[in-house]
Amino acid sequence: MEFFRMLPISFFVVAFGAAFGLAAVQAGLTPLESLLMSTTVFAGASQFAALDMWGTEVSVLPLIAVVFAINSRHLLMGASLYPMLKNVSPGKRYGLLLLLTDANWAVSAQEYQSGRHNLEVILGGGLVIWLAWLVGTTLGVYFGGLLQNPKALGLDMVLGCFLFSMALGGKKTPRVLVAWLVAGGASLAAWKWLPPNMHVVVGALAGGAIGLFWLEPGARKTTEGEAGDGH
Amino acid sequence: MAIETTSLGILGLIAIMALVTLVTRFGGVFLMSFVRISPRIESFINTMASSVLIAIIVPMAVAGDMGALAALLATGVTMLVVRKPLAAISVGLVAAAGVRYFW
Repeated sequence: MEFFRMLPISFFVVAFGAAFGLAAVQAGLTPLESLLMSTTVFAGASQFAALDMWGTEVSVLPLIAVVFAINSRHLLMGASLYPMLKNVSPGKRYGLLLLLTDANWAVSAQEYQSGRHNLEVILGGGLVIWLAWLVGTTLGVYFGGLLQNPKALGLDMVLGCFLFSMALGGKKTPRVLVAWLVAGGASLAAWKWLPPNMHVVVGALAGGAIGLFWLEPGARKTTEGEAGDGH
Repeated sequence: MAIETTSLGILGLIAIMALVTLVTRFGGVFLMSFVRISPRIESFINTMASSVLIAIIVPMAVAGDMGALAALLATGVTMLVVRKPLAAISVGLVAAAGVRYFW
């Protein structure tokens, strides 16, 4: 069922994938290579960034640095799922993580805030997003010219709006609001003054630090309850 | 070190990208398996999770054009009023498209 829940957002993933497919062939990749990259890397922003570095040759260390920096948010996203993932077998745990993306993680993390353990959305939602990404890449590679100006339709804002709605759908206690203020400020400062692509991790850790030092009253009780129902 | 973009070279580059991305997908959970989840760590994780979202969105809003700003504003207001993500996203996209068309 979670497969169908992420279906609407997948249409936008198709459009984003098409934009990538088009950009990839324009950068000199063959259709098959573009599709292989989408299949195995499955991380849109870092794939676009890699195309920016494409030429007759590609420097390896800068490529690694850029891909790692853009995708380092996965580290934090994965860590935030750990309380749920620690209860499943290692095979299933790392299998699910193969499908970790912003959108399905945002749903799962938000539901966890309200006490629901939803790993199915990582699996079902991840699969539908992955398929949409492949369909989109294929369309873009072969019929890329059809999607002339996705920006005019607002399609570049899909992910931003989706993530924002997820954030606002979660708890909004004073503690969370202070954390957001700190996260937003730190992210903005990092974006302005630090090397590119570090702002998400810097902002998220700064926001997390608020949680580290400012515990929600009663946090101990819920944690023990959750540890209990896992066994 | 640089790799030439021959077919074999491209395969190598894609493999490197896939591997690096895999490390980021697995790494957080792997490292957490060495940490005891105390209430303090739990609180850190929960606050960090929604902070990831804010940290992505804020520079997006600041760097974006009027359309991007309108999209996020419209999504935010709709979400707070009707609490339905899909409705909020749709209103956001319409706002972006509208502002960009008329501006």
